[in-house]
Amino acid sequence: MKTLKRIYLGLILLFLYIPIVVLIIQSFNAGESRAKWEGFSLIWYGKLFDDPNIMNALWITVSIAVLAALFSTVLGTLAAIGIHAMRKRPQALMLTLNNIPMTMPDIVTGISLMLLFIFTQVERGYVTMLLAHITFDVPYVILSVMPKLQQMNKNSYEAALDLGATPMYALFHVILPEVMPGVITGAMLAFTLSLDDFTISYFTTSPLVQNLSTLIYSQARKGIKPTMNALSALMFVVLLVLLLLVNKRTDSQEK
Amino acid sequence: MTDFQVPVWGYWVMGAGLAAFLTLVGMYVKKNRGFKRPLFASPYVLWLALFTVIPCLLVAYFSFTDPAGNFTLDNFKNFWDSNYNARKAIDPKELESYLAMGLSLEDLGLARNAINIDTLVFSLWMAFLCTAICLLLGYPAAHIMADREFKLGPTLVILFIVPMWMNFLLRTIAMMSLLEDNGLINNVLEMMGVGRQKLLNNLAAVQLGMVYNFLPFMVFPIYNVLNKMDYKLSEAAMDLGCDKWHTFYKVTLPLSVPGVVSGITMVFMPAVTTFYISRLLGGGKVQLFGDLIEAKFLSTSLNEWNVGSALSLIMMILILASLGLLRKADPEGEGGGIV
Repeated sequence: MKTLKRIYLGLILLFLYIPIVVLIIQSFNAGESRAKWEGFSLIWYGKLFDDPNIMNALWITVSIAVLAALFSTVLGTLAAIGIHAMRKRPQALMLTLNNIPMTMPDIVTGISLMLLFIFTQVERGYVTMLLAHITFDVPYVILSVMPKLQQMNKNSYEAALDLGATPMYALFHVILPEVMPGVITGAMLAFTLSLDDFTISYFTTSPLVQNLSTLIYSQARKGIKPTMNALSALMFVVLLVLLLLVNKRTDSQEK
Repeated sequence: MTDFQVPVWGYWVMGAGLAAFLTLVGMYVKKNRGFKRPLFASPYVLWLALFTVIPCLLVAYFSFTDPAGNFTLDNFKNFWDSNYNARKAIDPKELESYLAMGLSLEDLGLARNAINIDTLVFSLWMAFLCTAICLLLGYPAAHIMADREFKLGPTLVILFIVPMWMNFLLRTIAMMSLLEDNGLINNVLEMMGVGRQKLLNNLAAVQLGMVYNFLPFMVFPIYNVLNKMDYKLSEAAMDLGCDKWHTFYKVTLPLSVPGVVSGITMVFMPAVTTFYISRLLGGGKVQLFGDLIEAKFLSTSLNEWNVGSALSLIMMILILASLGLLRKADPEGEGGGIV
């Protein structure tokens, strides 16, 4: 019975991991065909860097992730500080509204933002994708900063004001240093989620401005080329490492 | 790109909203004689209004209007009845006379093709199947790992958590490359002498991809609940003479319901809304509700956006309903909230 249970668990784990492991191994295959192993090689990874489309998409992905993380961290940290100080009812309302982008399926968020851009006649492209990314990043920043605010001494801000600090001075010298670890976690999470996103980007950009995931999607619809294997494998590892790092931070902060 | 015009009231609403917001902030400052901390949230209040609240309202606006901006219920009628447009094109009297002549709708080329409501039903069915398979596969796995005598359990759980952080699109692509005509499975089949099979672009492939993507979301919450459960309860049941099966059926299973419910919602919701899994593994031959919405919005004709909005609204209501159900069954979020 015991061995049977272990075999069962093993089979399920194999099912979960085989596709990804095979994809990564195949990306190192020297041959064009996936039918046979023709030796270890990095040519597909090399080809990635020669492809102007992929390099362009890489630039878009990374620059949007950096900008979205930056803006959403500023916006989210300020928002968290404000919401934390609110009275009960407005606070509950804000937290509910803040939850909408997180509970809504990505496809609906993407489409509702797309409709906003259609309605306001903003041409979809780089800027709209950035705005969308900021929108779905901020709630996670708020969720990372909020616990740190709750741990903080309630009176230190008021004390600073009583001692003659302006609200801005108190923000930078009293509140921010205390919540910094949460802010950094939030920024990292925002950056990673932005790199990770496919669905919302897909609906808020035009086919002319593609990030890596929309590029992979449009290529994969036509069948998978070895360069796409390499790109997927690469993205896969980068995203996983980033998320593991963020999660480790959150875990150690909770303790 | 399109000939969509912003209705005049659109500008008025936007202007009035901004003015109202500024007045509120001003009143707040005046009332409190100066700057108070809640004001730090004001940029985000504006942001939420513009990028979360208004877009949601726009989905509702587009689903109840036609391309010219007039109120209509046609988008929903269109959803309930796939032949609606075709019928509308033919004069109803003419249609009646054709029907009186004994011609069926099929003869007139108005056969109900599987769109809209049929797609929703099909999509719900696929999501239901996926949830059922995940539950059947996942519950035993969670149960085995939560067993106190199984020392490796807590370590193995991490192996189930990691896939939840992996990008769905990339995992789907990995599955696609495994099932391809010259993918690994087909190579193995050929070596075994079975010969190559068509594994991609069918229903089974889509279902497999969905289970593959969402299975960890079933295992983790159930494990969480089973792991936190007081093991003394089942021991007591055993001491009192319950056999293994009855202990499970009478004690463990009822106590694990919150985990099962959150697992079900966490699998069912993404399974209903997915579009790229069916697109990549079904090769366009399998259309789910998500694909339908995607198709409506990729189309250049404006009316399709209105229909697409109506479909999105229906999806939103569906999701909210299942979330409400989850809250009811698992109010403390015992199933373990994961981002």
